[in-house]
Amino acid sequence: MLILGIESATGRVGCAIGGHEGVRSSVQTTRDRHHAELLAPQIQAACSHAGVALQDLGAVAVDVGPGLYTGLRVGVTTAVTMAHALRVPMVAVSSLDLVAYPLRHTGRTIAVVIDARRSEVFHARYGCLPGGVQRLDGPEVGPPDHVVSQILATGDETLVVGDGAERYASMFEGLRGVELADPGFAHPSAESLVLLAHALALREEFVRPDEIQPLYLRRPDAQPHQTASSS
Amino acid sequence: MTAAGDPILGIETSCDETAAAVVAGGRQVLSSVVSSQIDLHARYGGVVPEVAGRAHVERMVPVVSQALVESAVDDSDIAAVGATAGPGLVGALLVGVSAAKALALVWDVPFVAVNHLEAHLHAAFLDEPSLELPVVVVLVSGGHTMLVLMEERLRYRILGATVDDAAGEAFDKVARYMGLGYPGGPAIDQLSGQGDREAVAFPRAMLHDGWNFSFSGLKTAVINYLRRQPDAPAADVAASFQEAVADVLVAKARRAAAEHGALGLCLAGGVAANSRLREMTLDACTADGLAAYLPSRAMCTDNAAMVAAAAWWRLKADGPSPLTVGADPSLGLPEG
Repeated sequence: MLILGIESATGRVGCAIGGHEGVRSSVQTTRDRHHAELLAPQIQAACSHAGVALQDLGAVAVDVGPGLYTGLRVGVTTAVTMAHALRVPMVAVSSLDLVAYPLRHTGRTIAVVIDARRSEVFHARYGCLPGGVQRLDGPEVGPPDHVVSQILATGDETLVVGDGAERYASMFEGLRGVELADPGFAHPSAESLVLLAHALALREEFVRPDEIQPLYLRRPDAQPHQTASSS
Repeated sequence: MTAAGDPILGIETSCDETAAAVVAGGRQVLSSVVSSQIDLHARYGGVVPEVAGRAHVERMVPVVSQALVESAVDDSDIAAVGATAGPGLVGALLVGVSAAKALALVWDVPFVAVNHLEAHLHAAFLDEPSLELPVVVVLVSGGHTMLVLMEERLRYRILGATVDDAAGEAFDKVARYMGLGYPGGPAIDQLSGQGDREAVAFPRAMLHDGWNFSFSGLKTAVINYLRRQPDAPAADVAASFQEAVADVLVAKARRAAAEHGALGLCLAGGVAANSRLREMTLDACTADGLAAYLPSRAMCTDNAAMVAAAAWWRLKADGPSPLTVGADPSLGLPEG
């Protein structure tokens, strides 16, 4: 089954196409705040590079976050609309899972830390299993020192990764048993999305387009107005 | 009714309405679905951009599906997909733009980025196919207040605009101060029906001065009046405020029509649903021998039929928009 994966949860936006033979093509750009301009041309390019028509797809996979809301809305809306129009099922994967997955061979605990702006991060911890990773806790949103406390409390040898880990690197550097992963692993990738989604698709872990929503983890930042109609 | 051909799917998500419509040939509305978020924003006393963005994501596919089903047009017969690309709330706009591009890719049809203001100018034609140009359009909503001379379908001149608050914004702020809830326009309109519109002589800013508008001073005058006279009948205050807004809008519009030889006056935008503004526009047109184009409330407020109509005209004139077009929250009306 051919899967289109759409990923836009951080400053990176991209897509990849693949299936049982792995990833056939991928186009990714790290250029903050341009997701809406970049994604559709990227999908066109990925299809043409892979020699695939959208009608050949068997499923659409999407990174549902957590991440930056504007980017997520572009990716989730595009993916859901495409799947609906193509009448194919969807696979939903968390951005935190996508960042942990390429580090599955480390053997250590993996702490994924994605920048949530406003001095907060989205985070979750993972353990390594043969062939993959397993979430130990999270996803949560909070100040980065919460992640530091969690890591210190467990005493696990931990690999810290993500654009939030990069941003708050000074808080993790020098901690006993803690190492910062290479910045090349900092963003979720559309390629990991296609690989993980393919495994989920084989187990028929599909969701319908109308069941997919971005994982915001925060309520909208607004207060009800005191003189607003209460009748 | 004979089918006009070239059905275009329009999508509108610039503010707090998630809308989709199918319009054939730029004039025949086959379906028009609007999912309003007023219920979500009312408790905040105004539109909260993050709440709007989330609701658009949730409602986009159901609204598009319903518009397609109601139009009885098959997916494969849609000729193009148009979406509002601006002006508006950026987090809201890019939901519609993303959905439209996705559909254009899947169906392999042109994508058209539509200017929200231009779409409002095309709305009247859907209700009034016999509309004769040139007309002076009073485009009034929560975000915009402008006087536009529409010379041809895609040729406009902005004669004037508000220098501070939009007319709809003044309605919302006055209504909020009076405890009438959100949205303020319909609440003030309704309350005014029982009031004396000559009870308070509120200022008519810039009435005889150029083509621009100013509503910020009027809003302040109403609030100051209520502070001094807390027991003044609310209906009288509302009616007098509404009268001042409509007075300035209509006075400038009829003056513009005379100066530019327009054949009629046309209302557009959410505030165009205001009953006193409609009444005064009709009276002015009757007095001046002008045609009055007062589109239905559904066509005045944000909808996607006007987006599909504008997309049809733009596609014909300029061809498809590149898929690299994004949302532009401060897009202006193209003049020329």
